[in-house]
Amino acid sequence: MSLGSTPLRYRISIDRERCMECERCIENCSYGVFRREGEKIMIDSRKCTACHRCLAMCPRDAIMLEEYPCDYRSHPVWTRQAREAIYNQAKTGKIILSGMGNALDYPIIFDRLVLDACQVTNPSIDPLREPMEVRTYLGKKPSRIEVKKKENGDVELVTELVPNLQAETPIMIGHMSYGAISLNAQLSMARAVAETGTFMGTGEGGLHERLYPYQNHMIVQIASGRFGVDIDYLERGSAIEIKIGQGAKPGIGGHLPGEKVCLDVSCTRMIPLGSDAISPAPHHDIYSIEDLAQLVRSLKEATEWKKPVFVKIAAVHNAAAIAAGIARSGADAIVLDGFKGGTGAAPRVFRDHVGIPIEAAVASVDAKLRGQGIRNEVSIIASGGIRESADVAKAIALGADAVYIGTAALVAMGCRVCGSCYRNLCPWGIATQQQNLVDRLDPDVASKQVANLINAWTLELAELMGAAGINSIESLRGNRDRLRGYMLDESLMSVLDVKQVGA
Amino acid sequence: MCGIIGVMDRRRQRMDGSAIKRALSMMNERGSGEGAGYVAYGVYPEYKDCYALHVFFDNTHETKRIVDTTLEQWGTIVHDERIPTYDQPGLRAIHIPWRYFFKPDPNRMSHSRSPEDDIVAQIVMRINTARKGALIYSSGKNVGVFKAAGWPEEVADFYRIEDYKGYIWLAHNRYPTNTPGWWGGAHPFNLLNWSVVHNGEITSYGTNRRHIESYGYQCTMFTDTEVVAYLFDHLVRKHGLDIDLAVRALAPPFWDDIDTMPEAREKLNRAIRLAYGPAMMNGPFAIVVANHDAMVGFTDRIKLRPLVVGECGDRLYISSEEAAIRAMEPNVERINMPPAGEPVIGRFVV
Repeated sequence: MSLGSTPLRYRISIDRERCMECERCIENCSYGVFRREGEKIMIDSRKCTACHRCLAMCPRDAIMLEEYPCDYRSHPVWTRQAREAIYNQAKTGKIILSGMGNALDYPIIFDRLVLDACQVTNPSIDPLREPMEVRTYLGKKPSRIEVKKKENGDVELVTELVPNLQAETPIMIGHMSYGAISLNAQLSMARAVAETGTFMGTGEGGLHERLYPYQNHMIVQIASGRFGVDIDYLERGSAIEIKIGQGAKPGIGGHLPGEKVCLDVSCTRMIPLGSDAISPAPHHDIYSIEDLAQLVRSLKEATEWKKPVFVKIAAVHNAAAIAAGIARSGADAIVLDGFKGGTGAAPRVFRDHVGIPIEAAVASVDAKLRGQGIRNEVSIIASGGIRESADVAKAIALGADAVYIGTAALVAMGCRVCGSCYRNLCPWGIATQQQNLVDRLDPDVASKQVANLINAWTLELAELMGAAGINSIESLRGNRDRLRGYMLDESLMSVLDVKQVGA
Repeated sequence: MCGIIGVMDRRRQRMDGSAIKRALSMMNERGSGEGAGYVAYGVYPEYKDCYALHVFFDNTHETKRIVDTTLEQWGTIVHDERIPTYDQPGLRAIHIPWRYFFKPDPNRMSHSRSPEDDIVAQIVMRINTARKGALIYSSGKNVGVFKAAGWPEEVADFYRIEDYKGYIWLAHNRYPTNTPGWWGGAHPFNLLNWSVVHNGEITSYGTNRRHIESYGYQCTMFTDTEVVAYLFDHLVRKHGLDIDLAVRALAPPFWDDIDTMPEAREKLNRAIRLAYGPAMMNGPFAIVVANHDAMVGFTDRIKLRPLVVGECGDRLYISSEEAAIRAMEPNVERINMPPAGEPVIGRFVV
């Protein structure tokens, strides 16, 4: 084999003085790094993904993990990733798969935006003493309201409101399907959103019956594969989301490998056991905006106009024009998934190179819809790369109504972002269907952690709003005055429509 | 800071400007000598069917012709003149205040329900956006704004406010923070028949501005208050809301309160908040707004700025301070402080 093997990416070592050979590392590593040979625990570092399960479970802190123990000749252009991808493809002739979000070192716009706070002329508001409203209604709003005066002088509303989702926080959990992640992972998040009064997406994997108790907090997704979609599924969701694209892989479909399609997944998705679940790139019935509008209407008709219908697209350069079309399709909300969005599996080349950052997408969509006078009639949900409450506040100030988090919710359950979700070996019991691994995630514990995260971010968001002298989320939405660009170039600031720091 | 005061006579008896000048000066603690202004309703009875356009010209050689031409394109200038002013030692006259009495030609704005108002609003936005040394700061019928950068007494004496008579007066003593004390930044802000005086700062300005600009209004005064005049015009004139519902949109009840209202009220308030969320105003404010039908005062939802209401006979007073009301009317009765967000609306009885 002329190419030989590539160097190790991580090196695991055991402090033999501390190790008591309890074998927890062997039990816990689903990637097979550890094994016992006679008296000794042996290590195969080549298999390590840096998932940290062994470190977390070692009772003696005896395990150490290092990155890049053996380096290539340093080169600014021919990085390790570039060379290893070529070695890999030269061997296999295949597309390189990857999990989680974009792994390239693009500057993060959120980190170049700073929020504002009040001093003197404008009192900051203390959320411990004053009411703070982060409640968010998602869905179509009337462009104006009509009232009529009754004889006794009472004012009566003539306009009929269409159903909206009432979220007690603008932080929701995005779509991660049963199949891509485990039922325990979905259950944990479902309990968390029910507890915190918000919503989560089912992903395109159908709705497992164990999630039925939380259905009032679930948004059911329809992707091109139409897995698990029937009228019962539609009626159970509190809203319906049509997935056109995903931030991690704009322009391509989805692929759940057959080994993840266990009996339960096959029943929920309504596909044969062990078969690959392939979502084509386009929906078989959507090749134009008119087709999309028809599907939006059919879904509304099928559910008696009782449920908001969302449309999710990957953030791409003409997202603003597409969003204007979606707004006019009758859809209630537009979900924009930025190119830092996560995934169970995507071709690496797509994940790392296709799409645009969510910050720019939200700003341009908001501007386009305002230019057409229809911004308030449709909601915008931003997702893809929301890592902390400040990102939430900034996304809203750029024009989003709410955000979806994905990876952050997984991390709250224990995920260490090792990026191997597509292998069905997730040692944390999250991105796997292997029962012994799935059992590792305790929904009682994990749901608490996710709820804690949502609560903590919501509190921080309220504090940020209070500091900015704002006591309701409506007044943060699209409030570019509360943002300043720090070390951002002028052209990007004009897309974001924010001023320079100090200005 | 900033001090505001408004008075209306509910039988449309006109009052001259001397009392309100006295009242406003009472609140000099709330100003910094960099902006004061007055607006009077019913001030031009002889031209009551014309739009009274008050314009600040940088000079009348270059810029007046642009305004003249624009107005002649859209209608007829019935009369125009320099607004009489009287030099004051402490007040540096930077602009030349001019007034036009203008009749728009409704045929030039087809497909409009209120073509005359739309023409005038358009002209105001166009001239002010172009910013070529002309700023239209008052554009209602039978209403006039008189403002400048100075102390209340100086500005009043500069225009001889006591020579004007109106049945609603609003006045403002400014302590500027957002922008230097320039003439255009002084209050009242006006569009058509709407006039606004404001104490506070609107932290939702970024949202409100993006919202209102998507309907063709242009914010040109570099300060947050002007958006209030546009929001009232949009909600009341364009969307046909009553003034109390417009206030509801700008300072709505909290969701917790809406949730517990009786059904019909709950529905109405929820609908207003959902439809007009981007118009709602946040931050500290006490605002008095007027048009020819009413004067309304309201504060932000947690009352971060003071507002006092008093009544005496047919007169309704709304101000930042009781002392200011008493300076105008020592015998004032029924002084009270309305709860946060609760509008106080004065309407005419005849």
